Amino acid sequence: MNLRRLGTSLIAPLLGVGISIAVTSIILIAIHAQPLAVFASMIKYGASAHAMTLILNLATTYFLSALAVAIGFKMNLFNIGVNGQYTLGAMAGGAVAGSLQLPTLLSVPITIAVAMFVGAAWAGLAAWLKVARGVSEVISTIMLNFIATAIISYTIVRTSVGHETSLNVRGTALIPESGMLRGIPLLDPKTEIYGFFFISIIIGILYWFVLNRTRFGYDLRATGHSATAARTSGIDAKRMTIITMLISGALAGLVGLPYLLGDAGSYNLNFPTDWGFTGIAIALLGRNNPVGIAVGALLWAFLDVASGQLILEGVPREITTIMQGVIVIVVVMSYEIVRRNQVKSEQKNVARALEKQEVAA
Amino acid sequence: MFMIAFSAITILSITRTFTDNSDLTSADTISQTLGFAVPIGLAGLAGIWSERAGVVNIGLEGMMVLGTFGAGWAGWQWGAWAGVLAGVLFGALGGLLLAVAAITFGVDQIIAGTAVNLLAVGLTKFLAIVLFTNAPGGGQAQSPPIKGSIPNITVEAIANPLIALHDKGIFFISDVAGLVAGLFYQLSLLSVITFALFAGTSYILWKTRFGLRLRSAGENPWAADSLGVNVVKYKYIAVTFSGLLAGLGGAYLSIASTIYRNGNTAGRGFIGLATMIFGNWRPGGTGAGAIMFGYIDTLRLIDTGNKNVRGLILLGALVLFVIGAYLMRTGKRSTGTAFAILGSVMIGAFLVAKNFPPEVAQVAPYITTLLVLATASQNLRPPAADGVPFRKGEGH
Amino acid sequence: MNDSALAVELKGIWKRFPGVIANSDINLSIAAGTVHAIVGENGAGKSTLMKILYGMQKPDEGTIAIDGELKEFESPSDAIDAGIGMVHQHFMLADNFTVLENIILGSEPRKGAKLDFDTARNQINSIAAENGLAVNPDALVAELGVGDRQRIEILKVLYRGARVLILDEPTAVLVPHEVDELFDTLRDLKREGITIMFISHKLDEVLAIADEITVIRQGTTVGSVDTTNQNISALELAEMMVGSELPTPETRGNTIRDEVVLDVTNLSVHAAGGKAIVDDISFTIRSGEILGIAGVEGNGQAEILDALMGLVENTGVVHFKGEDISNQSTRSRRELGIGFIPEDRHRQALMLEAPLWENRMLGHQTMAPNSKGFLLNISGAKEDTQRIVKEYDVRTPSIDVLASALSGGNQQKLIVGREMSGSPRLLIAAHPTRGVDVGAQAAIWDHLRNAREAGLAVLLISADLDELIGLSDSIKVLLRGQFVADANPATVTPQELGTAMTGAGKVSA
Repeated sequence: MNLRRLGTSLIAPLLGVGISIAVTSIILIAIHAQPLAVFASMIKYGASAHAMTLILNLATTYFLSALAVAIGFKMNLFNIGVNGQYTLGAMAGGAVAGSLQLPTLLSVPITIAVAMFVGAAWAGLAAWLKVARGVSEVISTIMLNFIATAIISYTIVRTSVGHETSLNVRGTALIPESGMLRGIPLLDPKTEIYGFFFISIIIGILYWFVLNRTRFGYDLRATGHSATAARTSGIDAKRMTIITMLISGALAGLVGLPYLLGDAGSYNLNFPTDWGFTGIAIALLGRNNPVGIAVGALLWAFLDVASGQLILEGVPREITTIMQGVIVIVVVMSYEIVRRNQVKSEQKNVARALEKQEVAA
Repeated sequence: MFMIAFSAITILSITRTFTDNSDLTSADTISQTLGFAVPIGLAGLAGIWSERAGVVNIGLEGMMVLGTFGAGWAGWQWGAWAGVLAGVLFGALGGLLLAVAAITFGVDQIIAGTAVNLLAVGLTKFLAIVLFTNAPGGGQAQSPPIKGSIPNITVEAIANPLIALHDKGIFFISDVAGLVAGLFYQLSLLSVITFALFAGTSYILWKTRFGLRLRSAGENPWAADSLGVNVVKYKYIAVTFSGLLAGLGGAYLSIASTIYRNGNTAGRGFIGLATMIFGNWRPGGTGAGAIMFGYIDTLRLIDTGNKNVRGLILLGALVLFVIGAYLMRTGKRSTGTAFAILGSVMIGAFLVAKNFPPEVAQVAPYITTLLVLATASQNLRPPAADGVPFRKGEGH
Repeated sequence: MNDSALAVELKGIWKRFPGVIANSDINLSIAAGTVHAIVGENGAGKSTLMKILYGMQKPDEGTIAIDGELKEFESPSDAIDAGIGMVHQHFMLADNFTVLENIILGSEPRKGAKLDFDTARNQINSIAAENGLAVNPDALVAELGVGDRQRIEILKVLYRGARVLILDEPTAVLVPHEVDELFDTLRDLKREGITIMFISHKLDEVLAIADEITVIRQGTTVGSVDTTNQNISALELAEMMVGSELPTPETRGNTIRDEVVLDVTNLSVHAAGGKAIVDDISFTIRSGEILGIAGVEGNGQAEILDALMGLVENTGVVHFKGEDISNQSTRSRRELGIGFIPEDRHRQALMLEAPLWENRMLGHQTMAPNSKGFLLNISGAKEDTQRIVKEYDVRTPSIDVLASALSGGNQQKLIVGREMSGSPRLLIAAHPTRGVDVGAQAAIWDHLRNAREAGLAVLLISADLDELIGLSDSIKVLLRGQFVADANPATVTPQELGTAMTGAGKVSA
């Protein structure tokens, strides 16, 4: 790892967090709260074993979502439809798992496969629209999000897929214990780390490997660098678009599973539906890099979990959404500046180094 | 143009007669259509301003959200017009943020727009909790009711006789009567303002010096720069004004539903972008698209007894057939066939089912958007330098 | 020379960029009402100088005087105000605007807030008539051809009252009769008292039209020649430009073998409107043969190459090593052994923000040494990049630097080295030594010649006629998508070839 490059790529996130803290402090003061006390209480809570477990669990979900978005971003494909893809995937997975009575080693992989398939198919629609009809995937995936919401609502409320799982709550049939993937209470004896946490680490490594060590990954990154050069070099743009969107959708399909199989046991209309947008923010933050995304996911999860404490300080927990929004905007602007400077300074360095070589020669 | 209008009215007439649903072309429906079309149309117009200057504006949804919030916050304290002012201002601020990120910092325009959306939603959710929870009639996710409303105009002399004609149910003539009557029946002042904005945009962008320079920023900013045009200034103005328009659309949403509520934009910012694409980046086509979406929204909302949904389905099927036939004639066989098949499926559904679940109506606008884009996307001409970042001094 | 008749005077102009001195101590004196040509090699500093004169750059040192008055330009607007008009090499026109809109942009006549289209139209028509430039102000630029577009660029500057016109490589994209029309226009403008500065590297044209010629080499003025009083030959000018004996790429001996490597039959490429850009051409290239295609840019060369690489729709049959590859993808054609040096290296051949070793893999990522099966072989690629850097003299401190950090010439060397790796059977090369300094140019020619001896077949396109004649075993002349003549490199001269390219004369075969 080039130390200088590491240094410059940390500037943007640090700047983002710094400015975010500043802006948040101003808002806190405006609503008559004490910034230092608020931050301290968040950090104190976050350091507890219980909270850390919750953070790891939430981060797992965010991590997967960001990976799904990031693989598209690497190719300048904007999959904004992760919300629709993961909710459909989770519902399908929940429905299938709820109807099976198989041992864990069979049930869980089947559930995963179903969720990935549904997510991929939903993303595939957008891919086909783009490749065959030239429709921008930004708009089509967003439309598909809304359509997915309606499909889910219809399925749960009006078909036999939905059951009354508890008072006034309709959802997919409860998944039998053998179909769940609960976790291990590693840090806190009373709270489990999702089983999926460990699976997602493997997925992260796979992501890095495919992107940087395979021909397909090279083709994908090349298309992101320069679509024209990629085409001249023999890369088939349409094929890349379809395959990448399918992979992105398949990854998205996984996003709901850590929570579904580690905790909820059923997909109902209370299931969180905006993890897709979180994924976008974290992918931007982590610059589509698995390590950056992991750090970003942990940061986001920390803010979300620790914000539960804020009510004790009389501060609405939603202040963390402002923090997150500010971080994203600042980081995204800083990355651009850093990138431009890097290109310029490389040119200067190379020129200088060559001059030295000439003199020495 | 005339052919399209003629065939549209004919299809409407056929549908109305077939489904025996006079609501489809009543003055009341048309009037509400215009109302629903306003926010979508304003979003589309906002898109035109921004993209004609070369900046893709995915953040329209977020700017609309800021508009809805501003209207709710100022509206419940100081009245509807204050709400409009606040909505417009907040939307413009959103536009300014996008401008800074995308133009000055050179962030990828789609990423910057997405970031604006994220920030807008988070900010408004937070502020709603802080500002509205303890206000009278408000809640954690909605504002108290807005005081007063925007006045409506009705020209009874024209509307009444036409409405009577419409009620007679004569094929085609009654429908035309209903359509025209709707323009003079309970027309909101904001609708009038929106018409003016559309006309004004057409004039400004195509007939004035300001407009020529703004469009040059989107067609070939390097040429404009070499001729002394301040490209960055025009992009900034365009994007900020784009936010202003989106904010106005959002303000209208809040005022029309009398409160601000989290999520009441429901993707209209993006639907507005679709109308802009459908309208080939011109006000005329964009307005037509917005009216179409407004019409669908209206039918869905005033639907009693599920009649309108069936009407919509038949309508959609007929339109799909027509487009499918047109596509097949111009050589796009596979897509044309796909459209025709879809149309047949819809006719089958229409004939078979008596009751459609509300979700069908719920997805109508979004599916329509997809169909519209699938038909239109390939044949259109966006501004030549749309989406391309401009940096002064760099050649192309 | 009477000082007050100097339309433009540049004294002591210096301009530095990071890592390179673009202009050093440039001095230029241009009399009013004359055509003054500025010649120099690629990268000599001509473009930078013109950008300074047009206000797009500020000089680090030196003065600019227009009609005897000292001027400082902060932006093109200031230059326009001083009466200077620039006709860019790459036209700056908005395709979706009309001719009129393009011309008046930035200097629009108004009636209150409304654009005064009528006044504009009248003004344009009268200027056009005065100077013999025929245009339709309401035509959409997208529908116009190259010659028309250039006329619009000239009108643009005349409309703003320019008295000094700068033309940057104006004939680069014109066919013969368009060049004649342009020169007639320039003579008309001269008669109106307008001063013309003409940048070019086409020495025979420069000699035909210029009253005075200034030669720039490596950023500085080498000398001026007054052609009205003094006779000078293109060769002498070239030597002033290059500063030494011109290297000659002459190929020695006949290395052509029997095996046909590339066989093209009835190849055609049609534009969207149906017009044939490449019109039913056929040719063969044998192992060990270099076939050169001579032609003015825009006559179909780029499309022929794109068709051969599978990048554009075409009709006709292409056989490679006996196999019909007409329907194969770009990737499989490359895998079969075709190397491709495209014309536009930044857009087609490089990923500027990726390191050199990743660029080495571009186009070859499915082949050794870059990959093994589905996985990349990064160490293999890096090793091979080092080899290319050494063999092709790519000046870089390491193979991890971004491609954008290298100079154009070094980028080109990397690309040539890359495309010649892996023992291709056919190399398709468009302007392979464009932007490369003289020494490295000779080295690349050596590589090509050695590969040719080993049996490589080459399809060569080049605007450098000396390169074309020196390297090729046979030459075909391409005009408007068709082969109109064959030339024998052993006997043809650049002047004859240039003339045949413009359709004006014949060559002795």
